[in-house]
Amino acid sequence: MTVITSPPVSPDMVARAPWSTRLMPYMLLAPAVLVTVFIVFMPMVQAVVTSFYDLILWKPNASRFVGFGNYVKLFADPVFWTSLWNTAIWIGLTVPLQMGLGLITALLLNREFPWRGLARALIIIPWALPSVVIALMWRWIYDPNTGVLNDILIYLSIVQSAVPWLADPSLALYAVIATLTWQGFPFFAVMILAGLQGIPRSQYEAASIDGASAWRQFLHITLPGIAPVLATAGLLRVIWVANSMDVIFVMTGGGPGYSTHTLPLYAFVRARQNLDFGYGTAIAVTFTILLGAIVAVYLARTMREVER
Amino acid sequence: MNKPSTARRILTTDLPVLAIVIFAMAPFAWMVLTSLTPTAALNATGVSLSPAGWSLDNYVRLLRQTSFLGNMMDSLIIAAGTVVLGLVVAVTAAYAFSRFRFAGRKLLMLQFLLINMFPVVLLILPLFVLMKNVGILDTHFGLILANATVAIPFAVWMLTSYVGAIPKSLDEAAMIDGCSRLKALWRVVLPLTMPGIISTGIYIFITAWNEYLYALTLGGRNVRPVTVAIQTLIGEYQIEWGLLAAGAVVGAMPATILFLLVQRRLIGGLTQGAVKG
Repeated sequence: MTVITSPPVSPDMVARAPWSTRLMPYMLLAPAVLVTVFIVFMPMVQAVVTSFYDLILWKPNASRFVGFGNYVKLFADPVFWTSLWNTAIWIGLTVPLQMGLGLITALLLNREFPWRGLARALIIIPWALPSVVIALMWRWIYDPNTGVLNDILIYLSIVQSAVPWLADPSLALYAVIATLTWQGFPFFAVMILAGLQGIPRSQYEAASIDGASAWRQFLHITLPGIAPVLATAGLLRVIWVANSMDVIFVMTGGGPGYSTHTLPLYAFVRARQNLDFGYGTAIAVTFTILLGAIVAVYLARTMREVER
Repeated sequence: MNKPSTARRILTTDLPVLAIVIFAMAPFAWMVLTSLTPTAALNATGVSLSPAGWSLDNYVRLLRQTSFLGNMMDSLIIAAGTVVLGLVVAVTAAYAFSRFRFAGRKLLMLQFLLINMFPVVLLILPLFVLMKNVGILDTHFGLILANATVAIPFAVWMLTSYVGAIPKSLDEAAMIDGCSRLKALWRVVLPLTMPGIISTGIYIFITAWNEYLYALTLGGRNVRPVTVAIQTLIGEYQIEWGLLAAGAVVGAMPATILFLLVQRRLIGGLTQGAVKG
């Protein structure tokens, strides 16, 4: 912080105009708070209310209150459990893969070489592309008949015949995870790179004078140095990856069968295709509560920083 | 330790970096090649790797036979509208957070952080019902509001840290010279925060331009942004990959170019918060 001088408002000024001074911040905040109340909090309350109703959108008159009925139905719904399991795999594989690849990229970009700026700019491209474009692009690459991935793999004799990446229930989820890893690793790379550049060079110099190997330097200087960044970026990404369903939706629509259903996608598909808004929002609310645990950890971390 | 030789540097740094750059670029490059191959050739022999087989055929068809330019316009209106709405309400909020200490400050800040984490799917369904009741479904205004759910909290947080970096003494000096609070914000803080405001605005623009699920659910008929329009290029009986690729390249262009232009400053702003910890 660069604040050096003077208390904000002198005491006698507060005494003279207490109300207008005290109300000032609230007035300044009012527009942002009002808009978010209308477009975020009201819909959210509406969602919780809707989840207690049996509401099919095209017959609103048949809507009736069912209490926790939708939630009870949810626990007996095998698709819910499949989706929950898929969500766990989805987060559990995508985030570590993105982080690992991002870490390698950041370590390389932290070295000195002539075209470093260019490389840094180019590597971020996947991050800037619209997710629809990414999803369609990879569908084209994965295409069983004309896709380039099969061509390459057959040419290299890694596989004997074309693999239907997105049509095979046992492969589809992993194919989508690979796409999301590709999309998300640049985010980690730039975050970690910023963290690496914050580690003082003198620490490495001292360690190499003491004869520490490159691996030990990485373990004892680099990793502790970037640990806060890894934690923050990792948490942010878990939340983001859990929420993101646009790539899956365009790539597979949740299929084949239910093999690429994650919870948010299931809620969305359910509401969109069957217009079953009551049950759909019940899934969405359940998912939000599950995600809430991770969000709470992230919020606690961030607010601790804000306090200072 | 000696300074590593150039050959060694190329082997341990340049080549691995090149591999990663290729990995990051290849899918999009493949898309561009696909868009340059005419559909007939694409079906017969596949994507053309040599410039001899390239033509702008798919792009010409895209502009002549589809409403793609109109869709670009829809996207532009929505993205620009989101930027304006997001920045206008966020600037004063950010000023309040960084200059005042008041009851409920932490709670309100937490609130803005929290709504950034809400799953889209939780908001999208009730927003559909609400907008249908109010009658703004499938309008530019409706989609601007929907995108603002993401843009406002993001802008508030970014701008709070930008305004916080400007010394308080500056606006206090202006106030001693006779400016009111709002005048000090307008005359002193706002001009100094301009770089931050611009990069936040650009980031909001990119996110709103690239947004897909809201556009699909809350728009789609009268108002059809590019992200939704690209998907409709798929064709009825057979996927028209050439046309689709052309649409994808054109649709991704504005956001990608903006991103490359401002990436340094943008990443600086985005990573600051995470690195400070």
